[in-house]
Amino acid sequence: MATGHFIEGIAGGRLSSEQYADNFSDLHPPLDHHEALVESDRCYFCYDAPCMNACPTSIDIPLFIRQIATGNALGSAKTIFDQNILGGMCARVCPTETLCEEVCVREVAEGKPVQIGRLQRYATDVAMSEGKQFYKRAEATGKSIAVVGAGPAGLAAAHRLARHGHDVTILEARPKAGGLNEYGIAAYKSVDDFAQAEVDYVTAIGGIDIQNGKALGRDFQLADLMRNYDAVFLGLGLSGVNALRADGEDADGVANAVEFIAELRQASDLSSLPVGRRVVVIGGGMTAIDAAVQSKLLGAEEVTICYRRGQEHMNASGFEQDLAAANGVTIRHWLQPKRVIAENGKVSAIELEYTAMSGDKLAGTGERLTLVADQVFKAIGQSFVPAHLNGSAEAIELEGGRIKVDAEGRTSLAKVWAGGDCIFGGDDLTVSAVAQGRDAAESIHRALTSNGRA
Amino acid sequence: MADIRNNFIGIKSPNPFWLASAPPTDKAYNVERAFKAGWGGVVWKTLGEEGPPVVNVNGPRYGAIWGADRRLLGLNNIELITDRDLQTNLREMKQVKMNWPDRALIASIMVPCVEESWKAILPLVEETGADGIELNFGCPHGMSERGMGSAVGQVPEYIEMVVRWCKQYTRMPVITKLTPNITDIRKPARAAHAGGTDAVSLINTINSITGVDLDSFAPQPTIDGKGSHGGYCGPAVKPIAMNMVAEIARDPETRGLPISGIGGITTWRDAAEFMALGAGNVQVCTAAMTYGFKIVQEMIAGLENWMDEKGHASLSDIIGRATPNVTDWQYLNLNYVAKAHIDQDACIKCGRCHIACEDTSHQAITNMVNGARHFEVIEAECVGCNLCVNVCPVEGCITMEPLAAGVVDQRTGKPVSPIYANWTTHPNNPMAKVAAE
Repeated sequence: MATGHFIEGIAGGRLSSEQYADNFSDLHPPLDHHEALVESDRCYFCYDAPCMNACPTSIDIPLFIRQIATGNALGSAKTIFDQNILGGMCARVCPTETLCEEVCVREVAEGKPVQIGRLQRYATDVAMSEGKQFYKRAEATGKSIAVVGAGPAGLAAAHRLARHGHDVTILEARPKAGGLNEYGIAAYKSVDDFAQAEVDYVTAIGGIDIQNGKALGRDFQLADLMRNYDAVFLGLGLSGVNALRADGEDADGVANAVEFIAELRQASDLSSLPVGRRVVVIGGGMTAIDAAVQSKLLGAEEVTICYRRGQEHMNASGFEQDLAAANGVTIRHWLQPKRVIAENGKVSAIELEYTAMSGDKLAGTGERLTLVADQVFKAIGQSFVPAHLNGSAEAIELEGGRIKVDAEGRTSLAKVWAGGDCIFGGDDLTVSAVAQGRDAAESIHRALTSNGRA
Repeated sequence: MADIRNNFIGIKSPNPFWLASAPPTDKAYNVERAFKAGWGGVVWKTLGEEGPPVVNVNGPRYGAIWGADRRLLGLNNIELITDRDLQTNLREMKQVKMNWPDRALIASIMVPCVEESWKAILPLVEETGADGIELNFGCPHGMSERGMGSAVGQVPEYIEMVVRWCKQYTRMPVITKLTPNITDIRKPARAAHAGGTDAVSLINTINSITGVDLDSFAPQPTIDGKGSHGGYCGPAVKPIAMNMVAEIARDPETRGLPISGIGGITTWRDAAEFMALGAGNVQVCTAAMTYGFKIVQEMIAGLENWMDEKGHASLSDIIGRATPNVTDWQYLNLNYVAKAHIDQDACIKCGRCHIACEDTSHQAITNMVNGARHFEVIEAECVGCNLCVNVCPVEGCITMEPLAAGVVDQRTGKPVSPIYANWTTHPNNPMAKVAAE
């Protein structure tokens, strides 16, 4: 009887417990004190530093690195948290290779950037392990604000609002706070229940009440919030998953990558988590990579990512693609799904069609390819589901299928702000969501305290 | 192959690298290892008078400062002269010299500043077969409190007097080791010269406190809550030492006096620089204490390779070659004009040149040109100060380019004069020796 990788179908227990533990250990182990000193010494303390300008939250990177170098890790953490209260998670999940580290002058000079992400983790780890709180709440303003969604945008907004003395209630549909930090993101990027630890750290400032299991449109309406609170911040995220538009995609064994990732993050025993022997992931972004790599780490024998455009078009960074390749994932380009082939209702293969650019449009070439598969993950993007908002208040203006906001995060409705993945024009990054939540909070604060209203 | 054999005041060694009088040369075991590793000579750890030896502290003797990767940049010590019995040292020196006749073995000596003490010890040392003696007038801690070491080295009259005694009571060549803890190194050098010394060696260590423990508020190294200034050495002191060597080498009163160069020598290049400034050989301590005796292999090979590459056949081709180029500020050519130039291909756009110039100098480097991050020298503002070169992390990216005679200096609007002219003749100098044209 076949064992391990070679068990047919979707099965758990493919590996030994040691292998699971090893496979899902920290992707980037933390720098120890000496390593942090050596790495921080590589920073040139650039003038008008490119890294800082590349950071969506504009963290003063040269300053925080210099603070590490001078033995002031706590001061360094404060420099980070001043701009980004979720600096701990961002240190772990930011695609630094396309943000700060991409423009580091040492990347330009020698192809080896200062490891900004790992240094940021070092400093924030020191502060968080000591439970050091840098901010005291301002005198109570008597204002209360509802935040919908306890993801990065909502948490960042809540923290900044609480700092300003407002009372915040976070309404979260899921059983836990953290949003994608808790339910998304590959497990090896956030080990030791860090997402929850960060939520605890952020809310320790006080004045933030998180209510789990409260879903917009089901348990409460936007109109209620607008009536009962002085302001509302929507950090709803994306709850829809794009369909493959391939025949037979409702067969057993076809699943959403985001749900697979969430399940994996919540699993208490990885061996109980079933995965296919031959897994095909459709998509070209971070979610596709996270699902593919983790499938491999759970013991799948063959994992193939199929993306409908070329390598240069993939949303996943070069680092992520290399990570997938290093873990034995095959990435194939210029292939789009046409038909899921099932036997007895279960996936047995997927038929794909080669694609090519025809002018500036992508088109199928007619040539087909069939890959044997017992599990197919859909990772071709998520979408905003406005239905929860509709009917509960006057219609909120959308743009490109997401909430339209101005530069301060104001929606078309007075008293309602929004940020994170649910707004139009973002880049679907944790760090951008943090920046938007923070900035919306400042806008709310200005609105609530101007003209003698406070 | 370049010949790096060294003849310093008649003392021959296979190379110019000696170990300085210090912990690494305290006993036969260490010195034997040093000779096996290839060192050309050693100055044995300083001998004291006959009788109960000095004692050292039993807590930390060394303090240090480091770079980020714990690279040792400067070392400080509060160890005294040898704490071993004189006869033991003498016996071992004699044996080692017999074992290694081709290597230089110098005895460092420090006894009270009275004639009888020196007269008593010199014959004992002579009997070991040592090639010479070095008078320790440099040690800045402990012994100086007892009227020895730098307490002697800081009083030129004492130096001259003791040197005279030594020259009187021994046939051995005398090297006088100088302390840098004075205001003008030429004075003690002149005194040693007047006393008839065969050579001077410098520098000894510099009074220092390497750090303060900010919990106990005690200086480091800390012995039971207290600290004392110690002697500073290692790479950090090299520039100070080189200036002092050059000052003696170019002083009309001591010109030609052989110098054994000491102070932070870590590589062949450091040694070559000391010798170019006038040192006849060099002494090393901290580098060996940091990396072990093997480093001499790099020094030997590096010096030979460089000499071969440049066509220097022997050490005499390099010793003192830079000395004539060391001059007083007043003789520098004020008509020489250089401007910084940034190699845009090498520039990594860190902006350090800009902010250094903008905040602390002459506002002569851009940071933005036509809306793009771009660092370029504004020649009309550049005074050629070289700060940008020094803060640039990329070697060779920023260079100082001299303006050719006749070219208009955009800062002054005047053409560069081909004529050498210095401050002594400058019209702004109220003491100008020659009226300006």
